Amino acid sequence: MNWNTILIRYGELSLKGKNKSKFIRKLKANIKAALSDLGTVTMRAERDRMFIYTEKPEELDRAIEILPSIFGIQSFSPIVICEPTLEDIKDTSLKVLGKTETAGKTFKVDVKRADKRFPLNTGELQQELGGHVLRVFPELVVQMKKPEILLYVEIQREAAYISSHTYKGAGGMPVGSNGHSLLLLSGGIDSPVAGYMMMKRGVSFDAIHFASPPFTSDLAKEKVEDIVRQLTKFGAVIRLHVIPFTELQQTIVKQVPSNLSMTTTRRMMMKVAEQVRKDTNSLGLITGDSLGQVASQTLESLTAINEVTNTPILRPLIAMDKLEIIEIAQKIGTYDISIRPYDDCCTVFTPPSNKTKPQIEKVAYYESFQEFDDMVVEVASQRVTTIPSKQTEEEFEDLL
Amino acid sequence: MYFDHSATTKPDERVLRTFVDASESYFANPASLHAEGKRTEKLLERARTQILGTIGLGLTEGIFTSGGTESNNLAILGYVYANQHKGRHLLTTSIEHPSVLNVFRELEKQHFTVDYLTVDEEGRISLDELQAKLQKDTILVSIMHVNNEIGTIQLIEECAKIIHTSSRAMFHSDCVQSFGKLPLTDCTDGPDLVSLSAHKIYGIKNSGFLAFRKNIRLQPIVFGGGQEHKLRSGTVSVPHAAALAKAARLLVEEVDMQQFQQWRNDLVEFFSEIDECKVLAPNASAPHILSVAFAHITGEIAINFLQQQGLIVSTSSACSSKNSDVSHVIEAIHVPREFEKGVIRISLGKDQTIEEIEQLKVAVRQLVELIRKGVGK
Repeated sequence: MNWNTILIRYGELSLKGKNKSKFIRKLKANIKAALSDLGTVTMRAERDRMFIYTEKPEELDRAIEILPSIFGIQSFSPIVICEPTLEDIKDTSLKVLGKTETAGKTFKVDVKRADKRFPLNTGELQQELGGHVLRVFPELVVQMKKPEILLYVEIQREAAYISSHTYKGAGGMPVGSNGHSLLLLSGGIDSPVAGYMMMKRGVSFDAIHFASPPFTSDLAKEKVEDIVRQLTKFGAVIRLHVIPFTELQQTIVKQVPSNLSMTTTRRMMMKVAEQVRKDTNSLGLITGDSLGQVASQTLESLTAINEVTNTPILRPLIAMDKLEIIEIAQKIGTYDISIRPYDDCCTVFTPPSNKTKPQIEKVAYYESFQEFDDMVVEVASQRVTTIPSKQTEEEFEDLL
Repeated sequence: MYFDHSATTKPDERVLRTFVDASESYFANPASLHAEGKRTEKLLERARTQILGTIGLGLTEGIFTSGGTESNNLAILGYVYANQHKGRHLLTTSIEHPSVLNVFRELEKQHFTVDYLTVDEEGRISLDELQAKLQKDTILVSIMHVNNEIGTIQLIEECAKIIHTSSRAMFHSDCVQSFGKLPLTDCTDGPDLVSLSAHKIYGIKNSGFLAFRKNIRLQPIVFGGGQEHKLRSGTVSVPHAAALAKAARLLVEEVDMQQFQQWRNDLVEFFSEIDECKVLAPNASAPHILSVAFAHITGEIAINFLQQQGLIVSTSSACSSKNSDVSHVIEAIHVPREFEKGVIRISLGKDQTIEEIEQLKVAVRQLVELIRKGVGK
């Protein structure tokens, strides 16, 4: 018996019409990228599901660990393929169940008979198989609703698929199937979660980070790179653009009264992001704003900040509580990185007090004394772009 | 010729190298904000992950400690204090290391109830007794994997299954003697907290590790700056951590326990043919530990004699060797009276040779001759 195949069921995808094959291609590419470390993995995509074949059992185990984080998968099951004959199905079912802890568990047989030529009908096969299994595993308890073990048997013309366990997928849509955007990534708790939420809706993105050397350290940048690496696990390659922001910030501090400097800083960030968005063929800007969380996230502030761009700004966290956001951050593994204590560009030049209701006219007035737009273009062109890929930890190899 | 590896092992040169290199290049405080601190912290975290990987068992959290004793203390006191609202009944065995037993004795003074599982003459606990003694309010069970005095292996996986299916208790195992020598990684069910020590695996003394399952709540027993996830304050010694990680990796990758098993079988056969000797726990014992009891002489006499022949063995445990009384383990397995004072422990290490084993036999034969002539009687 070979446990070398995983059957993947699509999520929302299966509802799609004409674009379906495009979605499936995307999902296949994402899965392939996520499993790229596993040596030889082959895949076959059908209209309603996908099959992954691995050569070694440990590769299959690894795949089972990785797949739950890839968007676009509703559920998946490791399966054993056998001949579509009653004898073979019976034998294989026993072997499959032999791999699981059965003592005292509740159990049900679920049959899908796609090939109607099979001599027994669904009910008959269910009974026959159930009886056979119970003779060998008498400690199983039959239960129709929510059984702990569901022996799933699917009969196709050329083969039968048998599994005893179904894993939940991440749902959502394959990353990249719903356009490309630019994520404003500060290194805090919120923005990575915002990126994650958009990925769930199939949006892929580049990330942009504002750094203020020498006041911010390489460690702050490294933290953002680590966040990007962590987000990469959900099935997308993410490019990171780091903007040298110090000079522009110093100019703002000099030019704009301190209680409005935060608003101007955000506006300039939007303008720089807008430049990068155009260069990277991104359609929208993603931010981690959550309404009322800080002074820059009141409706008045957001209005003043929005004014500099016509691009759709995606704010998936706008109505979420901080605690909800933290919960997701912990779940997706970015929380521990985000709470590393390094200052970012926003904490370096913190004014003593911020206007929670900035007036756009006033902000524009103070900004008018300086050629900010030239600086914005300049700064955007000085960005450093990297692809923080999967972490290679060879650094300590000699030591450890 | 050194046959006392269960008391301590000689550090591997490569482990010492790591310790020196890490002391030179990664001396910064891992809690510091600057880049040097960050580099050191990275090494610390890598070491932690590596050790957790060699333990397996799905344990994802780990704290660096000063050794097996502190790990055992933190596991038991830390868990019991943080979870005493759930119950006050505790369970352990009568043959635990003093760093476990004495903690439970202390807890008894604080109005916790402790049951001590008995063992058979091979030093094994009974799974039925374990099952029977688990109560509704049992919060922690502590069972060592390999006994340090007689080498008995407890069926850790079976214990875990019983504890996890029939109680709410967490399972701590002192794996100081077994780590890297007996497979743990493959268990489908295992302990929730595991104690390790570096100097038993060719590492450096005063260095240990407590691994535990995610979401287990512990209370610190050392207070201060809140290092090590607030569980063990004090600046972490990253060189010790790196050296422990290295020692653990080398052990898992290189040590051939088959070889130990063969030697041990050979020695068991050798001693079994001598009437004046009794092998303790011949069938249930770990491949690297062999305890033998001599009739008519004390362990001390045997050790002194063998030492004169250039062979270092110990009485049943280095920790209790200063006590002249019979050890609690020897008492627990009911060794016949004429043998109980004559126990020696032979414990094998990775650089042992077949010639050394043969010399040991020669020396023992001479000793037995002397006993027959009336030494010690």
